[in-house]
Amino acid sequence: MKVLYFAWLRERLNRDEQQLSPPAKVTNIAQLMDWMSENDEAIALAFANRDLIKTALDEEIVEHDTALNGARTVAFFPPMTGG
Amino acid sequence: MAVNVRLQMAVFDPGKESNAFIKATNEDGSAGAAITFTGLVRSSPEKPIISLTLEHYPPVAEAQLRRFAQSALERFDLLAIAIIHRFGEMKPGEPIVQVMTLASHRHAAFAGAEFVMDFLKTDAPFWKKGLSASWVAAKSHDETARKRWQ
Repeated sequence: MKVLYFAWLRERLNRDEQQLSPPAKVTNIAQLMDWMSENDEAIALAFANRDLIKTALDEEIVEHDTALNGARTVAFFPPMTGG
Repeated sequence: MAVNVRLQMAVFDPGKESNAFIKATNEDGSAGAAITFTGLVRSSPEKPIISLTLEHYPPVAEAQLRRFAQSALERFDLLAIAIIHRFGEMKPGEPIVQVMTLASHRHAAFAGAEFVMDFLKTDAPFWKKGLSASWVAAKSHDETARKRWQ
């Protein structure tokens, strides 16, 4: 699946996107974030405060307990500041 | 079109857009109220900025703005609604966003615009980064270091 990063997440991790293949046991976003944190220290630090990380799955903004269900794109970003 | 959403980098003229919106959507003259809200790039005196840059997630930003506009149209029975939202680099005083509503009567027009802005501020994927202007202050320990050589 494609993972996208925005704003300070993008800056801290030094990338705006990457490809990931999470194992079958990872079924929702929270578990995906746990798995990503296990494998990458920078991500673990960036994801430390889950309240500050918002997510979108296949271009729909969703909560962390949302099932991945074969989604092709997941995006991580800070709280939004539109307008 | 009852709902119009536009995302762009270029600065726009709030007055021109407002006039164009009313002209395009009130051809039959059935509207009694048109509201325009313009959000501006603010540079506060306490923390001035040189520029503001808005990053965004294009497909989701457009979808969310359309969703808010459609919700407002239905909830307040508006005749028309339009949102213009900029992204990229912009200067203090320039418009960032404009929400325009058309309704039979004023309450719906006011409420519709406010409703959209309240959602747009927290649920539209844009992120702002200000570039501030601050001179680097001289440090006393540098002065001390120089004095060693006298």
